Amino acid sequence: MSERTEEAAQPLLEARGIWKYFGAVTALRDVDLELWPGEVLGVVGDNGAGKSTLMKVLSGLHPPSEGQLIFDGQQVRFHSPRDARNLGIEMVYQDLALAGNMNIAENIYLGREPKRRLLGGLVSLFDHRGGRELAKEHLDNLKIHVKSVEQKVEELSGGQRQAVAIARSIAFQARIVIMDEPTAALAVKEVGKVLDLIIGLKNRGISVAIISHRMDDIFHVCDRVMALYHGTNFAEAKLAETTRSEVIGWVMGTKENAKEPAHHRAE
Amino acid sequence: MPSDPVGTEPEFKDTDPLRVRLMPFLDRYGILIVIVVMCVVLWALQPDVFLSWRNITNVFKQTAANGMLSIGMFLVILTAGIDLSVGSVMALGMMTLAVSSASGVPWPVVLVLSPLVGIAAGFVNGVGITKLRMPHPFIMTLGMLFMARGLANLISGGVPYSGLPDPIRFLGSARIFLGEVDGTRLNLPVVFIFTVVVYLVFWVLLEHTVFGRRLYAIGGNPQAARVSGINVDRTLIIVYSICGCMAGIAGLIMAGRTNSGFPNAGLGMELEAIAAVIIGGASFFGGRGQVLGIFGGVLIMGLIRNGLNLNDVSSFWQQILIGAIIVLAVFIDVLRRDLGTRH
Repeated sequence: MSERTEEAAQPLLEARGIWKYFGAVTALRDVDLELWPGEVLGVVGDNGAGKSTLMKVLSGLHPPSEGQLIFDGQQVRFHSPRDARNLGIEMVYQDLALAGNMNIAENIYLGREPKRRLLGGLVSLFDHRGGRELAKEHLDNLKIHVKSVEQKVEELSGGQRQAVAIARSIAFQARIVIMDEPTAALAVKEVGKVLDLIIGLKNRGISVAIISHRMDDIFHVCDRVMALYHGTNFAEAKLAETTRSEVIGWVMGTKENAKEPAHHRAE
Repeated sequence: MPSDPVGTEPEFKDTDPLRVRLMPFLDRYGILIVIVVMCVVLWALQPDVFLSWRNITNVFKQTAANGMLSIGMFLVILTAGIDLSVGSVMALGMMTLAVSSASGVPWPVVLVLSPLVGIAAGFVNGVGITKLRMPHPFIMTLGMLFMARGLANLISGGVPYSGLPDPIRFLGSARIFLGEVDGTRLNLPVVFIFTVVVYLVFWVLLEHTVFGRRLYAIGGNPQAARVSGINVDRTLIIVYSICGCMAGIAGLIMAGRTNSGFPNAGLGMELEAIAAVIIGGASFFGGRGQVLGIFGGVLIMGLIRNGLNLNDVSSFWQQILIGAIIVLAVFIDVLRRDLGTRH
């Protein structure tokens, strides 16, 4: 499976020269990114380096101020997450974006509810039973075990919520899943399970871009890692060609030949 | 492939304190228990009057307008919003109806005027909250509270109009003769049947339509709803329009029952509707509550009023009691949230 990266002729998703301004703040400066079919890309960087902003640009939540997005060789423009989702780009948000007051099945299908049409399509009813069955099957496929898909999400543990959020993201022919700190809020014993879930996505041929602060996560699941620093591309490498200490250095703004962190040199 | 499944642990363990395990049960049936207890107490106090057919139907007639306002208010509160304007909008609908009827507009047109005025006011509320980006629905609907009341006074010159054609009065005052038992004529108010039908429609809407489920999602986590591709603004505009429409229907019912339109109608009724919704188990934080609970909340408000009236308790005490019950109901909501976040 690891040959897939070499076989593909072009990246599945490519960002070229992305700039993003929020008022007077420039969050991204001329950032490039490539995501190849079936690869897991780790995105690292310090707080405020622009990781989340870049991911939100890729998922259609923030339109880029300048620059291009190329999906499957075609230039695309996203006006909302719905546009990105229609191409199979899904995002799992840091705060998970689940409605705690609703059950697991309803959360998985939120925004794309299974419907039952009555009276010749005049009335469209929420298909509770169909949704439950589909959700159960879907979770079983992913080997996510919950007591019942009718359990409310607020009753779940952090890891279970993360699992539901990931299940939700690939419920409809996802080709790319973008995850913002999927393990940050989890208990240690739940981290491994979520990482296994991510490897499961990769084995299904889904490309994954994952933001993480944990080097353990990055070195467990990623094929390639890229670092942002102050909103710009700083470094990137295949995982086999780098080390933890080098990647940690990138987060702090140092490359291997430099002795001091970048923010010290700048002064 | 994932080797170790993401497991689950039972949420309610046998070791949990009794009140924790009792909560889901109370959540579902608490309101029913309260209503039964109230009925028993009232019946014990006034055995001859309280359970009489006449008194029971009276309770339903008197609470019908509040029932309409409350179900509309429930939709709004479900989205974590509030609509302070329903009492005024009800008066505006009522006065539009009365004035146009007095000036010779044919009754089929008059009949739909009040709900239409309500929809228009609600639409303005919804657009204001979403598109003018008011910081909170409180502001927009507070503005509408004054504007609608002012308009109601303006179009009527501030004076009541009485005398309406029968078709207009039908919904608020007509009764269906069911039969005679022991010399008592049993009449069923049309408005009772109407209320039940309306609540059934709202139950289907909220539990079984995509639109209804999305309201719960918006109330539970608006950000999640937004990133799921739900058009939150459009949904909110529809919700406030429905709430306005129900206020208009309440105006129609009230006009029918009193055979008049008076510009002071509905003063303070927005607060009664909010009280009924909160007593009925909805949460101010949004996303929680059931239609049946709201029906119970409306009934409890009606029973309090009826019971105190039957026992000659002053209306001042009614206010105090309703106030205390609201505080209690919200306290229960707070307890419920504590349990929800006890991990």
